Amino acid sequence: MDNISNLISGFGHVLTPMNLLFALIGVTIGTAVGVLPGIGPAMTVALLLPVTYGLEPTQALIMFAGIFYGGMYGGSTTSILLNTPGESSSVVTAIEGNKMAKAGRASQALATAAIGSFVAGTIGTLLLALVMPQVVKFAVSLGAPEYFAIMLVAFVGASAVLGSSRIRGFAALLVGLAIGIIGIDKVTGQQRLTFGVPQLADGIDVVVVAVGLFAVGEALWVAAHLRRKAAGVIPVGRPWMGRDDWGRSWKPWLRGTAFGFPFGALPAGGAEIPTFLSYMTERKLSKRPEEFGKGAIEGVAGPEAANNASAAGTLVPMLALGLPTNATAAIMLAALQGWGLEPGPLLMEKQPVLVWTLVASLFIGNTMLLLLNLPLAPAWAKLLQIPRPYLYAGILFFASMGAYAVNAQPFDLFLLLGLGLVGFVLRRFGLPVLPLIIGVILGPLAELQGRRSLQLSGGDLGGLIGGPVAWVCFAIIAVVLLWPLGRLAQRAWSQRPGGTDGGSHGGSGTGPDGGGSTGSVSPATTEVKA
Amino acid sequence: MADLDANGRGGDAAPAGVPDPSRDASRDASRDVAVADSGTAADGGVAADAPVRRGDRAQYGVCAGLAVLGGLLLFDAARIGHASSSNDPVGPRPVPIIIGVLLLLTAILYAVDVARGGVGHPEEGEDVDLSSGSDWKTLGLLAAFFVLNAVLIQPLGWVISGAILFAGSAYALGNRHHVRGIAFGLALSLATFYAFAIGLDVNLPAGVLQGIL
Repeated sequence: MDNISNLISGFGHVLTPMNLLFALIGVTIGTAVGVLPGIGPAMTVALLLPVTYGLEPTQALIMFAGIFYGGMYGGSTTSILLNTPGESSSVVTAIEGNKMAKAGRASQALATAAIGSFVAGTIGTLLLALVMPQVVKFAVSLGAPEYFAIMLVAFVGASAVLGSSRIRGFAALLVGLAIGIIGIDKVTGQQRLTFGVPQLADGIDVVVVAVGLFAVGEALWVAAHLRRKAAGVIPVGRPWMGRDDWGRSWKPWLRGTAFGFPFGALPAGGAEIPTFLSYMTERKLSKRPEEFGKGAIEGVAGPEAANNASAAGTLVPMLALGLPTNATAAIMLAALQGWGLEPGPLLMEKQPVLVWTLVASLFIGNTMLLLLNLPLAPAWAKLLQIPRPYLYAGILFFASMGAYAVNAQPFDLFLLLGLGLVGFVLRRFGLPVLPLIIGVILGPLAELQGRRSLQLSGGDLGGLIGGPVAWVCFAIIAVVLLWPLGRLAQRAWSQRPGGTDGGSHGGSGTGPDGGGSTGSVSPATTEVKA
Repeated sequence: MADLDANGRGGDAAPAGVPDPSRDASRDASRDVAVADSGTAADGGVAADAPVRRGDRAQYGVCAGLAVLGGLLLFDAARIGHASSSNDPVGPRPVPIIIGVLLLLTAILYAVDVARGGVGHPEEGEDVDLSSGSDWKTLGLLAAFFVLNAVLIQPLGWVISGAILFAGSAYALGNRHHVRGIAFGLALSLATFYAFAIGLDVNLPAGVLQGIL
């Protein structure tokens, strides 16, 4: 009950003409930037952060919520019209969406994506409002050892579960952790990895890391491999859906939402798995499975809803625990820290108004997005034709501006270039970016919690083990880390009798149980991803 | 572990039968060759005439980089004085040491994975053409203009340095309408300066144009 009144007062804060204007600006520039090819939601949020620097936290949050949803929607437009998934989470949308567009049904694909995003975003935000206070209640009871263990789960999840190669995931994670160490140790005041450079004493700002890895890294990567002939953009009219399309879309929207939100809310969830599960489910349940692979509207509606619901879900651990589970949330966390807010259970206690204002802004931003995008889709599609030299020059331009604006020191621009080259190497060698950014953000926090735990136990390592929550976390980590060994053993076992040779490999087609219960999913996922 | 890794990114969505046009065999194969080609160029340490095998040998460069980073962490940690107290029994040293050791370990496992033929697939995109090697000239020019901006931003101010950055980057990327590039750059830098530095109080230097803008 309390929550509802809080939410209503949150709406009260948002619904002033000035704040609505900020929301509108946020949604518009978020979509405009998100639509640009090669720019995913995470990069959109990172590039547009400086826009909010001069604002007070409330208005910054309102604008930011708009940028967040705008960037996500812009990304799905690009993947449908250009077959360019800006992020791995919209890969699945691109499969059927681009096929639909090529078959002359771009309007319907965009419409089902827009309305599905709206439905999923609204339900997801509602669930966020309901679930977050419960998680906070649970979170305030957690001590330092539990936090430490949960962060370790996030590390292992981001590097071992979500990516395709564990060793590459861990490599990226460790580089991120190493970057996180740079600066003065908060407890003892000792300088670490600064090598006497005074500008490094405060550590590297997370915004500089994010902009360097996402924006500069991407621009350099594309620049080195620029396709000289422009990609063909599919022309599009105003999005609309016929009666038949509505009938085929509404159930996938709801099922996609049901997949997306829980996965987003898990410490190692992400959007890849639920979008994928949603796709499999819709293909199985469809009355016209033969259309899949040729542009089935269900294959756009479901995954797109799952994607948005998962984004709303990621805000649960981000706000309640201070734990980002995807790149966009990681940058949002950095943004909140930049405004002097410390996400986590205490944020709800200290500044409930701000939290509920953010939740209310998410509703508003999501609604505005629908109103804005249905009529403006043809205009957004034109943005896709922007000449590539200008596009990537613009990315470098805004990246430099944003990184410089953080501390007003040219040194950050050199750092930015260095991090951009790291981002280039990541892309070149297929290393995932997410573990790195999570390592940079959570590394220092994990160290703090770990040291606090050991301080409580007087240096006894047993102090890290903590209570039942930590036990569960360590058990999860053990399962994830030992999973490949189990599979090796299983394969050896199945080969011993002979005959079933290769059976375990064939089994990785999880199609039949794709829609299984959430509990059975994590092992199946490891298998799919492996 | 290494065996699983060997699949690289190839396992992403394919096993469950999601049709993905980019993953048909012929293109995959040609891409792998391209990777190996650009790979030898990417890492100065690998001889250019090394036989092109299935693996991507430039990956050893990444392993070396990880090992160097790990060594750096250990070296730096050894320098830190032992500053633990009853308040903080751990002190600032153990975490860098742990991460340094893990980095060295990861470098070794990574190298083992590469030796077994593990490949990390380069990121694809609509604007990305992986069929030819990396274009180092464009990359070098971009980096040069980037550094130029870092050097000029305080003396000349954002409006000028930003415009040079934009026009220069566009030129490096193949734009040959020089006047248009400079005009767009100036328009962007002026617009951002007025919107952010003056409108929103974001830190952007006016430089030599102080008082004029």
